[in-house]
Amino acid sequence: MDKWEDNRAWFLVLPVFVIVAFTAIIPLMTVVNYSVQDIFGPGQRVFVGTEWFKEVLNDPRLHEALWRQFLFSGLVLLIELPLGVGIALMMPKKGWGVSASLVTLALPLLIPWNVIGTIWIIFTRPDIGLLGAAINNLGIAFDHTASPLDAWVTLMLMEVWHWTPLVALLAYAGLRAIPEAYFQAAKIDGASAWAIFRYIQLPKMRGVLTIAVLLRFMDSFLIYAEPFVLTGGGPGNTTTFLSIYLVKIAVGQFDLGPAAAFSLIYFLIVLLFSWLFYQVLQNVGKGEPQ
Amino acid sequence: MKIRYRTLGLLFYFGLLMLPIYWMLNMSLRTNADILGAFSLYPTDITFGNYLKIFTDKSWYSGYINSIIYVSINTAISLTTALPAAYAFSRYRFLGDGQVFFWLLTNRMAPAAVFLLPFFQLYSTFGLIDTHIAVALAHCLFNVPLAVWILEGFMSGVPREIDETAYLDGYSFPRFFITLFLPLIRAGVGVTAFFCFMFSWVELLMARTLTTTVAKPIAATMTRTVSATGLDWGLLAAAGILTIVPGALVIWFVRNHMAKGFALGRV
Repeated sequence: MDKWEDNRAWFLVLPVFVIVAFTAIIPLMTVVNYSVQDIFGPGQRVFVGTEWFKEVLNDPRLHEALWRQFLFSGLVLLIELPLGVGIALMMPKKGWGVSASLVTLALPLLIPWNVIGTIWIIFTRPDIGLLGAAINNLGIAFDHTASPLDAWVTLMLMEVWHWTPLVALLAYAGLRAIPEAYFQAAKIDGASAWAIFRYIQLPKMRGVLTIAVLLRFMDSFLIYAEPFVLTGGGPGNTTTFLSIYLVKIAVGQFDLGPAAAFSLIYFLIVLLFSWLFYQVLQNVGKGEPQ
Repeated sequence: MKIRYRTLGLLFYFGLLMLPIYWMLNMSLRTNADILGAFSLYPTDITFGNYLKIFTDKSWYSGYINSIIYVSINTAISLTTALPAAYAFSRYRFLGDGQVFFWLLTNRMAPAAVFLLPFFQLYSTFGLIDTHIAVALAHCLFNVPLAVWILEGFMSGVPREIDETAYLDGYSFPRFFITLFLPLIRAGVGVTAFFCFMFSWVELLMARTLTTTVAKPIAATMTRTVSATGLDWGLLAAAGILTIVPGALVIWFVRNHMAKGFALGRV
């Protein structure tokens, strides 16, 4: 569809531009400013060039946090996508069950992120938690505050519990968009349920699944509040993800220079992925037989 | 027969989904001594004391009021600024439109942690720390781009002939937009409001950093309790249950439109 060409449309975009400039550009400039200076106090600052960047890039704890972050996001995708698609396939197609399922699925998405952490502390503590007590009663010692493995298991359970519904909702929306005629044709041909899934449903869900992959990757890459409340980054540093480490440097130790350099690198990584996201999104559906 | 297995599987999953929430509900209906004293799958001696404390103690219930105030302000700002912008992106080609659209999107993906310190400085300069408007503005960082994105999708679904006919009939732009166009995309406006509400409601990091006492959100009130010694699990659980209620109410209102918002893939 060709649009009207008119630069006066800028006036309509102006309010958004002003507000996002105030909330994004000015703060980002401050970060750039911090990242190249050493600040001792008000009015006392020295230009240090790329020193903070070098320091941050050589920080072994940052490398660990980065790998941990990729591992976490990778696991999230591996578990949540198949599970979400499976749930979407089980959901009813019409009737009151549709509304009921949608509302139930959306519920975890509307709980404040720190409350998610709280829910899972209460649920998994060995003394008062249902899950923690159940596992310990089976004879397996389970304590997410002491064992790194248990902390990871608890975090993954929490993450899967929290966000699989989003994947399911997206996949369900994709499934609903498939015309009924496809299924009738498949029925006439005597196609098996697997064949229908493999050759009709899966290709038709390509668009929404791409979005699901990228959204889940992005948001899990930025995770902060849930692990902060649940494990506080521990035991040790075993669940310290990028955001947690960044806040530790910036607010905990108040190392403005390294924190700002770290922020810019972090932001660039995310920017790279959002660019890929945008490119993929623009091309989704093109070249797909209608 | 196949249908039945599916339904059973789904019910099983929903059971698992509700289990942690049920457990918190269970805790919220018991006293702290009861929770620590005996392990029980359901509250044997139901008490509403925890809820009563939250509803009568100002340091608790003001947290909910603060959260609802800044979430509402944020939703209002996001919608009013995003509506004209989304119309521009959906109808016009103009200098730098693609670049601006992408730049807006990148803010949806910006790590909140990156913006903490500069936000604090910026809002201190304007004397906005510990006000509702500060949190509402900070949340615009991700909600305004999101609103533009979702609304643009809904607006592009309305044929342009409608606009052309209206202008030929002598409608001015504001009159056309408000009386004709908005009613056509009201589902989209509802879905957008839902997502703005949702993302502002669940965010903690910025809201906590920009407030101290007057505008402190409920989420921050809860973290304060977590770090205190001799933690009251019952009270914490009751506060948690109450944070779910506004979200559940909002979902109920948009339940029929929600699937469509997701179908556009613009979350």
